[in-house]
Amino acid sequence: MGLFDRFEGLRAAHGHIKACGADPFGVKMDRIVSATEAVIEGRPTILCGSNNYLGLTFDAESVAAAQRSLDEYGTGTTGSRIANGSYADHAALERDLADFYGMQHCMVFTTGYQANLGAISTLAGPGDYLLVDADSHASIYDACRLGHATVIRFKHNDPADLDKRLARLAKEPGNKLVVVEGIYSMLGDHAPLKEFVEVKKKHGAYLLVDEAHSMGVMGKTGRGVIEHDGVDDEVDFVTGTFSKSMGAIGGFLVSNHPEFDILRVACRPYMFTASLPPSIVASVRASLARLRAEPQMMTKLWHNVDTLYDGLQAAGFKLGKQRGPVVAVHINNPELAAMAWHGLLSRGVYVNLALPPATPSGTALLRCSVCAAHSTDQLKQVAAILSEVGRQLGIIPAEAGADQVKAAAE
Amino acid sequence: MATEQLTEDSVLAEIINALQPFKKLDVPITADTEIARDLNLDSLAVMDLLMVLEDKFDVSIPLNMVPEIATVGQLAKAIRDSKTGA
Repeated sequence: MGLFDRFEGLRAAHGHIKACGADPFGVKMDRIVSATEAVIEGRPTILCGSNNYLGLTFDAESVAAAQRSLDEYGTGTTGSRIANGSYADHAALERDLADFYGMQHCMVFTTGYQANLGAISTLAGPGDYLLVDADSHASIYDACRLGHATVIRFKHNDPADLDKRLARLAKEPGNKLVVVEGIYSMLGDHAPLKEFVEVKKKHGAYLLVDEAHSMGVMGKTGRGVIEHDGVDDEVDFVTGTFSKSMGAIGGFLVSNHPEFDILRVACRPYMFTASLPPSIVASVRASLARLRAEPQMMTKLWHNVDTLYDGLQAAGFKLGKQRGPVVAVHINNPELAAMAWHGLLSRGVYVNLALPPATPSGTALLRCSVCAAHSTDQLKQVAAILSEVGRQLGIIPAEAGADQVKAAAE
Repeated sequence: MATEQLTEDSVLAEIINALQPFKKLDVPITADTEIARDLNLDSLAVMDLLMVLEDKFDVSIPLNMVPEIATVGQLAKAIRDSKTGA
């Protein structure tokens, strides 16, 4: 059996999806025009799947800060924090984040993926238990495989189910670490953190919340669902990323745990990879400062969410139940979803195609993400083009609009 | 389900019952049926099945055990061991 033979099934599935006319997992952006526009295959395209929630990728101060840092510190650190040392800005960014979250400690990682990989695999050790939401991101599942804890999965966003599963472990001596996300990246729904906090307290467990898609999006000052639900002080660990609302790349872990700093010499995904380039650190510091100075950017974002969500709902699409900057259009058939995705791309709209098993319960999704920098016109255009494609493919009724007019007239 | 009644056969019967929706053609599901290959379950479906069985038998079946469970019989043994604390 050849080395690559076991990918035969995957190759066939990918080939099937590519038959829609393009490869949804190999899109080439010829040029990025702004936070919300690119040129793809020569066509001006609205970006509605970039997770660039605050539109800060072209923020003037963030770009200038990165440029100054490039001149002063060079292109990269060429090594890890423990081997090559920390630059002043690494430590400054950690202080900024700890201060933003009102926590004592922060560690910055090179990606958000590594933040989850490192935090989760290191915090729960042999004999301990990880309790993870069934719809967890791949970084959380991979962390479970990297670490040595026993892993139990509970029903998505279901505190009663977690309660039941923790009760089964009541006699087990190990520590229990519960892992949930703020906003879930695929369906865009968010965790009921108040209830999860009650359950974790009842069982003496720890709680880690991944705010990757909710930082800069939810809560009065943008701390995420922990702030939205008023449980900042009751959550033990928060992870997040700089690759969404912060417009760059990198990840972090914050906590009040008094022994936190030992993680710097225990956490392998922190220790054995090169640290963030100083220009990225500088741009993230500037973006975080902008969020702290102008939290009203989030008001514009949520106004934009309403424009897209209302437009798609009125057209008859089945959407994720909770409103948020991830607007997931459910399409039960993966091939139909791929055709719709390609139809959108060829009409100048870029969204994400998400297919099972990366999506929950076997649904295919056209996953749209809303940006504070989108204009109302852009989002109305996205809704109109998606509706046109949806009607052509029979995803929504062809004459929905006409029927409604007729029903209203009768 | 009371622990004392939990024989290997009764666990197996319950699992086979839970797997009926995934049955291919008219080949009966037995202890030797391979869950992923013969029933064409992907990794997510296997994890979902484990959750259902955890509740049915009131046991914990850690995800760590998934790589060791290939057949229906091995799954039954894992549940019985977990139930009896073996």
